[in-house]
Amino acid sequence: MKVLKITKEDLAKGLDTLNKSFRLIGPVKDKDEEFHNFEELGQGELPDFNFRNTRLSPKSIVYPQSEKMFEYTLDSNDPEHDILIEVKKEPSPQVVVGIRPCDAKAFSLVKLNFDTPEYKDPYWLRRFEATTLLGLACHNPCSSCFCASAGSGPFNTESLDMLLVEEQGGYLAQVLTKKGEELAHTAGWTDEAGSDAQKQIDTMKEAAEKRIKSQISTDNLKNKLDMEIYEEPYWEDVSFSCINCGTCTYLCPTCWCFDVQDETCGNCGIRMRNWDSCMYPLFSLHGSGHNPRGEKLHRVRQRFMHKLKYYVDKYDSGIQCVGCGRCVNHCPVNIDIRRVCELMNRSEVCPVTTE
Amino acid sequence: MLEYTEKIREISQKLLKDSKVDMVIGFRKGTVPMMNEPTFIRNANEVGQLIWDSNCGINLANYLTGRKEKIGIVAKGCDSRNIVVHLVENKVNRDNLHIIGVPCKGMIDRRKIGVIYGEEILNVVEDGEKIVVEGDGDEKVYDKKDVLQENCAICIHRNPVIYDELVADLVEEQKDVDRYEDVRKIESMPPDEKWAYFEGLLKNCIRCYACRNACPLCYCPTCFVDESRPQWVGKSIDPVDTRTFHFLRAYHCAGRCTDCGACERVCPVGINVRAFTKKLEKDVKELYDWEIGLDPNVRPPLDVYKTQDPEDFIK
Ligand code: SF4
Ligand code: SF4
Ligand code: SF4
Ligand code: SF4
Repeated sequence: MKVLKITKEDLAKGLDTLNKSFRLIGPVKDKDEEFHNFEELGQGELPDFNFRNTRLSPKSIVYPQSEKMFEYTLDSNDPEHDILIEVKKEPSPQVVVGIRPCDAKAFSLVKLNFDTPEYKDPYWLRRFEATTLLGLACHNPCSSCFCASAGSGPFNTESLDMLLVEEQGGYLAQVLTKKGEELAHTAGWTDEAGSDAQKQIDTMKEAAEKRIKSQISTDNLKNKLDMEIYEEPYWEDVSFSCINCGTCTYLCPTCWCFDVQDETCGNCGIRMRNWDSCMYPLFSLHGSGHNPRGEKLHRVRQRFMHKLKYYVDKYDSGIQCVGCGRCVNHCPVNIDIRRVCELMNRSEVCPVTTE
Repeated sequence: MLEYTEKIREISQKLLKDSKVDMVIGFRKGTVPMMNEPTFIRNANEVGQLIWDSNCGINLANYLTGRKEKIGIVAKGCDSRNIVVHLVENKVNRDNLHIIGVPCKGMIDRRKIGVIYGEEILNVVEDGEKIVVEGDGDEKVYDKKDVLQENCAICIHRNPVIYDELVADLVEEQKDVDRYEDVRKIESMPPDEKWAYFEGLLKNCIRCYACRNACPLCYCPTCFVDESRPQWVGKSIDPVDTRTFHFLRAYHCAGRCTDCGACERVCPVGINVRAFTKKLEKDVKELYDWEIGLDPNVRPPLDVYKTQDPEDFIK
C-alpha cells in the first residue's frame, strides 16, 4: 500500500482540481447551528475538518431520505397511461471528503443488505459505485465513541478508498484501493512519504485507540438464543422512556429501512422511497389494521434485536452498529445502546453448588 | 438539588411501601452529560435510582397518557400544568395520581452550553446557581440564569399548580417577564422576511417527529401526518409537507400548549419549534385572556362556545 504526503496547500489545491470532475461533499458547519453536516462543496469551498461527528450520518449521500424511483400518468389518452416508468438517473461521480472511519465502515454493513446474491438495490449500488470515500482518521475520538469495540476503529480503513492522517503541517495519506489511486492521481497528490510513514501511522493509530474510553462487549450475542434475549424482563425498563421518535434510526449510519409511497398530483404521479423507522407504529401496521409491533416495547426491542442479534445471526458477522455514538448523544431521552448491549450480552452464570 | 433528590426518594419509597401507588415516574441519571432518562420505579428498594437536577426537561406528563395504574409522578411546574390538561381532556384520572410536586428552578439548555463551551463536554456539575462545565477545554463556570432553556427563562409558573405533596418550599415566581418578545419580532416582519424566516427555521427538519412525540398534547391515536387512508400529508421531505406538519401541529396545540419546551429540547437538529406554538399561545392569551393548565375545573376557550366569545378575527 502506498502512503503519500500531502501538505495542507496541496490538499486544498487537489480538492479544487477534483471539484471540476467530481461532486465534492464534505463536513460543513451549519451556519445557524452548533453542528456539522456533510454538504456539497462549491467551487473553492473547503471542508471544515475541525469537527467531531456530523449530526446526520453521511448515509444520505448514497441513500437519500427521499428518492424518486418511477413516474406514471393517469391520463387515459396518454399511450404510457398506467405504466410505471423508471426515472433515469446516472449518479454523477462524487467524493466524500473527510468521512470518518466509522461512517465509512457503515457502508460496508449496509451493503450486506442492499447487495445480496438474490437482490441488488440498483439505486444504492449505482450511487455507491460512483462514490469515492476519502477518509479522515480520528486523533481525538469523542467520549461517546465506541467504534473500537463495535468492529471499527479511529483509523479503520474498511470501505475507504483513501485515508488522511493529520500530522504536523499536513497529512499522511494511505491509498487503499484503485479508486483511491485514481483520485490521488487526478488530484495531483504524488509525493510519496518516507519509508517510515506506515510505522508513523501505526503509532498514531495505537495512540488514538487508547484514547477511546467507551466500549461494549458483544462476545455472547451470537451464542444466545433469540428467544432468550427476546423474552428478557428488562425490555420494559429499557423501552419506558422511548418516545418512538426515530431520531436514533434517522441519525444512524447503519439503519437502512425505507417505505415506498406514491404521490399523485393531477394526472401525474411518482413512486418514491423514503427512509422509514422501526420505531414508528406505522412501520409495521398491516393493511388489516393489525400491528404485530403495536407497543413501544416491541419496537424498541426490535431495534436492538435487529442491530445486535438478528443481523449478527443472519450475516454471520459483527453487529449492525459502528459505534459512532450519534444515537447515544441525540436520543432525546437518553436510551443508550451501550447500556442495552451490556444487558443483552450479559451471561447469567448459574450458581454452581460445590459440596 | 441534592435535597430535592433525597426528598423525591423518600416520598417515593413511602408511596411504594404503603402500596399507595403501583409505580413512581421520575428521572434517573443519564449516561451522557446534561441528560437524564425518564424512568419508572415499582420496587421501594429501587428508589435510589431517582434523581433531580437541572437536566429533567422532558415533560413527564407525556408518560401518563393511557396508563391505568396508580401512579406517583414527579412533576415540576410545566409537567403539573400538562397533568391539568390531561385531566381536562380526560386522558388521566386524578384519583389514580399522586403528584409529587417539584418547585422548579429552571432547566439548563444542553445545546446552548455546548455552543458557548465550544469543545466536547465531559462532565457538568451543578453548584447552586453555578454550572461548572468540564471537558476538553478549560473548566468553565456559568451562571445558571444565562444557560437556561429559553422557555424556562420566561417561565411564570415554576411552582406546580396541582400536587399532593411538595419536595420543597415553593419558589418565588419570575415577575415582569415579557413572554412574547420573539413572537412580536416575527409578527412585525414583512411577508417575504417572514417567509424566509420560516423557511430557514425548518431547513434542517428531518421529519423524525421527536417534537410531536415528546409533547404530552400529541396523543392522537393516529396523527394526521401518519394517516394513510386517505393520506393527508406527503411523506417525503418536500418543504411543503414539512411546513404543513409544523403549522397544523401548532394549531392542534392552540390554547393547550404550556410552553414546557420539550419539543424544542428533543429536536435532534436544534429547531426552535416553539416559534409556532408560542404565536398561538399569545393569540389565545390576547383573544380570550387564557392561560392553559392552571385549573382542572375550567374548560379551555377553544373547546366551549360562549356567546361573548370574540369573533372579529373571523373574516
Ligand atoms: S431516539 Fe430514543 S426516544 Fe427516539 S425512538 Fe430512538 S430510542 Fe426512542
Ligand atoms: S446504533 Fe447508534 S452508535 Fe451504532 S452506528 Fe447507529 S447511531 Fe451509531
Ligand atoms: S418551563 Fe418553568 S416549570 Fe417548566 S422546567 Fe422551565 S422553569 Fe421549570
Ligand atoms: S424534532 Fe426537529 S427534526 Fe424532528 S420533526 Fe420535529 S422539528 Fe423536525
